[in-house]
Amino acid sequence: MGSFDLGVGMAFWLMNASALLCVIYGVIYWNKDKQEKPINMAKWNKDEDKINEEL
Amino acid sequence: MSLIENIIIIAYLAALGYLGFLGYKQTKNSADYLIAGGDTHPFIMALSYGATFISTAAIVGFGGVAAWLGNSLLWLTFCNIFIGIFVAFVFLGNPTRKLGVRLNAHTFPELLGKRFDSKFIQVFGGVLIAFFMPLYASAVLIGGTEFLVAYFHVDYHIALLVMSVVVTGYVLAGGLKGVMLTDALQGVIMFAAMIILLVMVVNAVGGMEAGFTKLVMVWDKTVASLASVDMKTLKPGSPDFMMKLSMNWGFEGWNKMPVFLSEGWLFVITTITMGVGVGVLAQPQLVVRFMTVKSKNELNRAVLIGGIFIIAMTGIIFLVGSLTNVWYYEFNEGKNALQSAGGVGKVIPHFINAAMPKWFAFIFLFALISAAMSTLSSQFHAMGTAIGRDIFEQIGSKKYSSMMVTRVGIIVMIIISVSLAYVFDKQPAIIARSTAIFFALCASIFLPTYFGGLFWKRMTKKGAIASMAVGTVVTTFWLLFVHFQEAKELGVCKALFGVNSLLSGKIIFVDAMIIALPLSIITAIIVSLMTKPEDEKLIKKCFED
Repeated sequence: MGSFDLGVGMAFWLMNASALLCVIYGVIYWNKDKQEKPINMAKWNKDEDKINEEL
Repeated sequence: MSLIENIIIIAYLAALGYLGFLGYKQTKNSADYLIAGGDTHPFIMALSYGATFISTAAIVGFGGVAAWLGNSLLWLTFCNIFIGIFVAFVFLGNPTRKLGVRLNAHTFPELLGKRFDSKFIQVFGGVLIAFFMPLYASAVLIGGTEFLVAYFHVDYHIALLVMSVVVTGYVLAGGLKGVMLTDALQGVIMFAAMIILLVMVVNAVGGMEAGFTKLVMVWDKTVASLASVDMKTLKPGSPDFMMKLSMNWGFEGWNKMPVFLSEGWLFVITTITMGVGVGVLAQPQLVVRFMTVKSKNELNRAVLIGGIFIIAMTGIIFLVGSLTNVWYYEFNEGKNALQSAGGVGKVIPHFINAAMPKWFAFIFLFALISAAMSTLSSQFHAMGTAIGRDIFEQIGSKKYSSMMVTRVGIIVMIIISVSLAYVFDKQPAIIARSTAIFFALCASIFLPTYFGGLFWKRMTKKGAIASMAVGTVVTTFWLLFVHFQEAKELGVCKALFGVNSLLSGKIIFVDAMIIALPLSIITAIIVSLMTKPEDEKLIKKCFED
């Protein structure tokens, strides 16, 4: 990309670098995230059922 | 049309119908209908996010702009990937998902409303979406329909009707599950078409490096000579007029950035790069995607898929857009892209028909229709939930089910959007600006409240409302009375004051968001610090499991 000036060249390489960053991040954290404290889905589901019942 | 083309069209419609039906079968309650049950596969989520993000305008419109203004548009792709995917998924995705579950929120305005315990914020957000998104949706609808008309030579109104009925069918029946499943299929089609396009174009111009080197020569041969031409001698809107205009704005070549702080630089950086690149963070139809997955792992996986998808969309179309100048120069009597196609918006369709084989033109048509449908379906769903869940359920009767109200809302909003597409077919300028208007409004109005709601416990309801009010007023003022494009197209300033803009000079090239967003952020901070902190119970409910 030798014909690009500094500004366009930076945009080109940053575009590729950010896509690569997404790939690397996705691969590293594919299944690595610690099992977070489960959010109270039971309560959420209960609330949801209650709303549907009321409606 | 050949038999194979007919079979492919039927298979495509059948696949959409099947996925819509699958969504319908899996939809048991309002959570399924509104946020796809909160257990969507990361592949589906990432492709749905990407396909919703990228509309026909992003491919055809911005591809044409790249042919006109060149590779400085790659800054937008960088922002699309880094801000629109990486920052959004890594830093905003999980806090949004968790807040949504804690507060049992099913829409973006509901999330903000419950975070600040304010019915007003939810209703205001709903009204904003219901008022402005139809314009944006009609722009997408017109773009997709025009391709159907051009390829199949059918009446515009019939094509519009067919397109609307197909999308309405699977959005109404399948809710967000149906929308996301069809988005994923459409995303795959778009991805495949863009990869094939890149390979064919690079091959046609003799390789990537050679193509960009030739681009310098094509500028010198077809544009540089305009430097000595008087602008007044050129027909307004003609290809040479547009290229001369770009030179006057500070553009010096397709491989160069425009002169720092020139009109062109302000347009590319503030309106195109920041306006769209940052504006995406507060798009209601995209934020709701974060609430459709069950854990952070899904979001992490979606980062990988989303990053690759976006670079394959805007990255490829911007590079291809500028390279069309080389192809036309070599194969069309030494003309550049605008001179050959006749206008910015015509470059990509003209190029596909002139330079690509017939079989690829058919595939590309599907990619464009898919891009339009995937964006439209999400817009229809977001507008329907705004009308149903955020407005009607909050201020109207509560005796109807959330799903039914939302379905009625979707039908109402589709009718409005389709009517706008009928009315504005011959006046596309206002519609073409509606995407920028919607992005600027969403960013200035929602972004400080959304960020503050996620990360700043001290932010108060009054701070949020004041920030949204300032964002609305400043953005509206800038769009109506200052910005060189919107103020001129909307015509209010001309009608009231006899001029296209109240200001003059380079400032009129600065996007509304650049002015309004800092002001709404400052307002949020000052008003929050000056008002009583929110109740401890509300903060605990929002931030503790």
